[in-house]
Amino acid sequence: MELATVLVAPVALSAISAALAVLISVTDKIVNNYGEVAIDINNGSRSLKVTGGTNMLVTLAESAIFVPSACGGRGSCGECKVKVNSDVGPHLPTEIPYLTNEQLEENIRLSCQVKLKSDVDIEIPEYLFKIQQYQGVVERIRDVTHDIKEVYFKLTDGEVDFKAGQYGQIEVPPYGKVKGPTQRAYSMSSVPGDSNHLEFLIRLVPGGIVTTYVHEHLQEGHKMKIIAPFGDFYVRDTDAQMICVAGGSGMAPFKSIFYDFVGNGMMDKRDIWYFFGARTKKDLFYLDELNELQEKYERFHFIPALSEPEESDKWEGATGLITEVLDGYLRDTIPTSIAKEGYLCGSPGMLDACMAVMRSHDMAEDKIYFDKFA
Amino acid sequence: MNPPDITLVPLLFASIFTSNILLANFLGMCSFISISKDMQSSNGLGMAVTLVLFLTSGLNWIVYHMVLVPLGLVYLRYIIFIIVIASMVQITEMVIDRVSPKLYITLGIFLPLITVNCAILGVSLFMEIREYSFTQSLVYGLGSGLGWWLAIMLLSAIRKKVEKGPVPAALKGPGITVITIGFMAMAFIGFGGMLPVQ
Repeated sequence: MELATVLVAPVALSAISAALAVLISVTDKIVNNYGEVAIDINNGSRSLKVTGGTNMLVTLAESAIFVPSACGGRGSCGECKVKVNSDVGPHLPTEIPYLTNEQLEENIRLSCQVKLKSDVDIEIPEYLFKIQQYQGVVERIRDVTHDIKEVYFKLTDGEVDFKAGQYGQIEVPPYGKVKGPTQRAYSMSSVPGDSNHLEFLIRLVPGGIVTTYVHEHLQEGHKMKIIAPFGDFYVRDTDAQMICVAGGSGMAPFKSIFYDFVGNGMMDKRDIWYFFGARTKKDLFYLDELNELQEKYERFHFIPALSEPEESDKWEGATGLITEVLDGYLRDTIPTSIAKEGYLCGSPGMLDACMAVMRSHDMAEDKIYFDKFA
Repeated sequence: MNPPDITLVPLLFASIFTSNILLANFLGMCSFISISKDMQSSNGLGMAVTLVLFLTSGLNWIVYHMVLVPLGLVYLRYIIFIIVIASMVQITEMVIDRVSPKLYITLGIFLPLITVNCAILGVSLFMEIREYSFTQSLVYGLGSGLGWWLAIMLLSAIRKKVEKGPVPAALKGPGITVITIGFMAMAFIGFGGMLPVQ
């Protein structure tokens, strides 16, 4: 067979495909051109002129309005809720699982799922305007366990105003096979008083885009985009006993909260029970610091617990799942006469199990605050 | 090439009624059954299928007769037809997303699935086998689309009635729908007596 006859088929096929691809691209350019779109925020308190065609979350972020999003716009965290007062079409199947019936009624939308096609009128909480984007330079990065790094950023362009317990989003640039910038949420572990620094505890998640970057590529002196502060996980100002439970990098908000208390003289004002669950001793960190706090402050109680201590750990503290330890303390040790508030930070599985334990000890559901990593 | 000796009006009529692509050839059944439970989406999907059928029958005719036949590449027709169909569906999808986001959402996955709707590839292949001319192909594509549209509208109207009727539990949903389609097919075959064309 001649070469030409073999070649003519792939060439013809490619040419036809190419022609069709051009046709599709041209249609896309024409059809997906929404021109300039106006966004009216909170009944005229702000209005923006933006280019339509992309989702609301990204568009607002480009105008420096940072709606919280723990998943970075993949529609898997349900954080980026915005009330939309104009008609932007029915709720998508991707939004419905994250919205209650009242929210559906009020036309609350996930801003990452709503494509901006025409002028819209939206409502967002005023505190979102506080959220800013910062440029952070890694001042210190160190391992606190075999899989958790403590990263301390200096903010080079302004000071941050946050409540201990809130979180920030850090953005890693494209690297390796990751084509676009990726954002993930992490709780601040630094104290609000240190307003030109932010610290995060980042645990390596196998296959995680941001955690892998932080663990394998990030070094002192590197710059990173940080958006903060977000979230409603902070200490409520009451006299109730704080029952705090954390696991792994869930330590972060509590580190911030306790040292913030130390700075404000709040450590003697209420009883704090801090349960920290880990598997073996190598998963524990900040033991010395927390034990020191416990010795210094009578009302602060630190209970680290190992679920699978190894013999070499020579562990003498509490053992068992954190839920069992928590259950034991709520039953036997923690006074029942004083009101209690729950503060939880960790994996969804741990959180749900701890909430069940707390409920079984008659702690009110609306007094249990949590920060769930998804 | 000798186009069959059939004028355009009977061809249009035949492709809508006597040789209805759905009810005579039983092509394109999956979305026919699943979407027909809602009248409005049936209407939308019918329109989309008609548009895609009309576009692809014309385009595939051009590609087949202007490119594949002269270059002796007729054996590439399946892959080429499918590429053309996929592109047209892509364009239709973009247009619907722009023009009617509501319809876009109700059609959901069934809109991209038009790509593999066998009625569409079927029409392109019939057009080639029966050696239709360009205009005949366009009319046949349009007629088949309208026929598909008509059939799904009729079925969704019937289903609306049937839903309220005392259907035995075991036949609820797809069961009674398939039986209904059988009756509809018989009725459409009845048109064949009026116009015996293929």
